[in-house]
Amino acid sequence: MAAEAVAVASVEAYPRIVATLIRVTGDWALAEDCAQESLTVALERWPTDGVPANPGGWLMTVARNRAIDVLRRATVERRKLHDLALLTPDEAHPEPEVGQDVVDDRLRLIFTCCHPALAIEARVALTLRTVCGVPTSDIARLLLVSESTMTRRLTRARTRIAQAGIPYRVPSGPALTERLPGVLAVLYLLFTRGYVADGEPAFADEAVRLARLLGRLMPDQSEVAALLALVLFQHSRRDARRDAAGNLLTLERQDRDRWDRAAIAEALVALDRVRHDGPYAWQARIAACHATAASADETDWPTIARAYDALADLRPSPVIALNRAVAHGYAYGPDAGLVVLDAARADGGLDGHPLAVAVQADLVARQGDRLRAAGLFREAAAAVGSTAERRALLDRADELAP
Amino acid sequence: MKYMMFVCNDAEPDTDPTELPDIHKWVAENDSRGRRLTGDALAPTSAATTVRVRDGELLVSEGPFAETAEVIVGFDLLDCADLDEAIEVARTHPMAREGRLELRPFAALSD
Repeated sequence: MAAEAVAVASVEAYPRIVATLIRVTGDWALAEDCAQESLTVALERWPTDGVPANPGGWLMTVARNRAIDVLRRATVERRKLHDLALLTPDEAHPEPEVGQDVVDDRLRLIFTCCHPALAIEARVALTLRTVCGVPTSDIARLLLVSESTMTRRLTRARTRIAQAGIPYRVPSGPALTERLPGVLAVLYLLFTRGYVADGEPAFADEAVRLARLLGRLMPDQSEVAALLALVLFQHSRRDARRDAAGNLLTLERQDRDRWDRAAIAEALVALDRVRHDGPYAWQARIAACHATAASADETDWPTIARAYDALADLRPSPVIALNRAVAHGYAYGPDAGLVVLDAARADGGLDGHPLAVAVQADLVARQGDRLRAAGLFREAAAAVGSTAERRALLDRADELAP
Repeated sequence: MKYMMFVCNDAEPDTDPTELPDIHKWVAENDSRGRRLTGDALAPTSAATTVRVRDGELLVSEGPFAETAEVIVGFDLLDCADLDEAIEVARTHPMAREGRLELRPFAALSD
């Protein structure tokens, strides 16, 4: 029970404690160590002393006192000690009023971790470590590097923040508009790393949590709401995406009763706050069409096709072009889909892309040429990187031409 | 924080046809706001001389120490609150489009 209480409290309190201690001390490593220490102490004390009335405030006090101890020994400036002593446990309360001039420390932390002057890998690792509180060893495992490499990478990132003069601040005015997409890109990258076939589900969970936090902290930003809606729609299918053997299931084969209705409802509320036609807005609207269709046959493909048209204009990319071909194929028939696919392939951006071959295979199958479609599915399977995806493609081939 | 801003040329300059910002206005604006302490353009690398001392012997040679297409053509010494302000100063420099700029903080933080 107590261990569970620590885990629950840490989700809210950890980023807040780290963010606040960084603001006051400017020392990233110290902030993380003290926040971690407060969780360790809680795990020792709460089982015997009971869970305190204000768990977040309790953790904040322990972390603050720990920081004061460390800094006192290091004889740092008295100003920092003074500011630390003034911190109240209330600064760890969940959701204080976010006034116009009161910027949440966690928002500062997110924007600093996602600063464009840091390499993208550093942004992802630092966000996981500092904002989400994921232990370094777990991040190393998830990103397929050794723990010592990850420790060095994180240390280098923190050093770089100090040396390069990356500010601990949320940009304002036009700078915010420029910087926000970069923050959202880190969040979405985190989510997709967790969501891809052989991905790590913990990433997706953290990304959803972060998107919720960002949605609360920046309620007026349309694209933040759109990203939250998008990841929630996709996340709602997490239990239905695989069959009993662990194979990936396409949307039309999933048991829609296993979709997380609460997540879809939350996503629809977020989507309701979307006011602008940004790239995440279009993607969220597409995801909404899938999530709200009672069955695969009842999917509103013409709406999805139009959304992909808009998205392809706004953010041209091979993957979007490919999805646009799929959508047109369902909305207006396989011939129409193949026309869009051929146009997308014309510039060579999809060369060697196994999914392009898989999409062609699907459209050819629906035109009725089963043998040729099976051959194309096998060709795609041979080129795909993930085991789960390969199996799914080979299954399609076997169904068409055993 | 003080930053040395290296002004470099670039093999792939901006293709945007709109007029480049005026360098004199850029200098005046940033000097008056105390964000630029000094700066200048450099003569071409054909005027450069490299000096080394090895085992007590003075070695003087013609040319820059690295033969590359992208070279430093000037510098500005900036004094900014943080990296974001330095980036704001750099982005309005005409060479941000014609070439590229590198912001390097000083090793000993003098604040």
